[in-house]
Amino acid sequence: MSDTNKLFEKLSGKFGDKILNTAFAFGEPVVSVDKKAIREILLFLKEDKDLSYDMLIDLFGIDYPGEKPRFEIVYILRSVKQNNRATIKTRTTEDGIDTVSNIWKAANWLERETYDMFGIRFKDHPDLRRIYTVDDFEGHPLRKDFPVEGYDYDKPFTVILEEEKA
Amino acid sequence: MGIENTVPIKMVDFIVNWARKNSLFPVTFGLACCALEMMVASSAEYDIARFGAEVFRPSPRQSDLMIVAGTLTKKMAPMVKRIYEQMPNPKWVIAFGACASSGGIFRSYSVVQGVDQIIPVDVYIPGCPPRPEALLKGLIELQKKIQKETIKDRPLITLGRTA
Repeated sequence: MSDTNKLFEKLSGKFGDKILNTAFAFGEPVVSVDKKAIREILLFLKEDKDLSYDMLIDLFGIDYPGEKPRFEIVYILRSVKQNNRATIKTRTTEDGIDTVSNIWKAANWLERETYDMFGIRFKDHPDLRRIYTVDDFEGHPLRKDFPVEGYDYDKPFTVILEEEKA
Repeated sequence: MGIENTVPIKMVDFIVNWARKNSLFPVTFGLACCALEMMVASSAEYDIARFGAEVFRPSPRQSDLMIVAGTLTKKMAPMVKRIYEQMPNPKWVIAFGACASSGGIFRSYSVVQGVDQIIPVDVYIPGCPPRPEALLKGLIELQKKIQKETIKDRPLITLGRTA
């Protein structure tokens, strides 16, 4: 518990009002932060010698329809040195949030997945394409207003291979 | 009546079809849980070798039969179609299981609602997943179907690119 108090103190000491809320969930620290400072905060958490959150476990989005901003991005970090985890949350619109793929390489595909499923664009991402659905897919399946069966799921599906186009 | 229905042609048909139906080489290819049932069909217990189809070839270029075993997602569809196109004529396709036949339980934006939308299918096998006996039954039905064919439709030698 003292280690995680250190996390809260360090963050609020360095970033002040950019830290919106701190809490514990299942014994692990959860920090809500301002989206404008998300990249600086995550870089600090990785680079700081004591905290040393050197591993990005997961990165995903949550859709809260009707709320503003609509989406929440959750980063789950792990520190091998401290042997603990931290959860960082931030709220964003679909217009964009800074990429962290240049902090942890693991974020590259996770951000592509979040873009594919929610349509949230990540600024300065090296290769922001769809990753699960087909390239010409329309819509973003994990949004709450996306129908369960999807659009046109029962329309005839055709495949034209590259060599057939020529 | 041309030369096609004469007695010699029918005899050639019979011999060619007999040879084809008893040496169906499936391509080693599975998409989901149905593939496990397909693998079991080649075990000693079910012994698909009794029907001449035990040689699962690792390359589509050496295969006659494609057993589409499992859910075909739209992301996977181009690869499946390419494997089919790489197989030399004559070639046949079995849609193995509910998902391959019609999409099965996946009424979804990500799943092709039946592989017959992208490649021609000869035999559909229902089940979720079908038991290995069902695959053997499907194979026997395909053999019956092959025995009725004629070399007019599936020539002995294929020159160039034909349908």
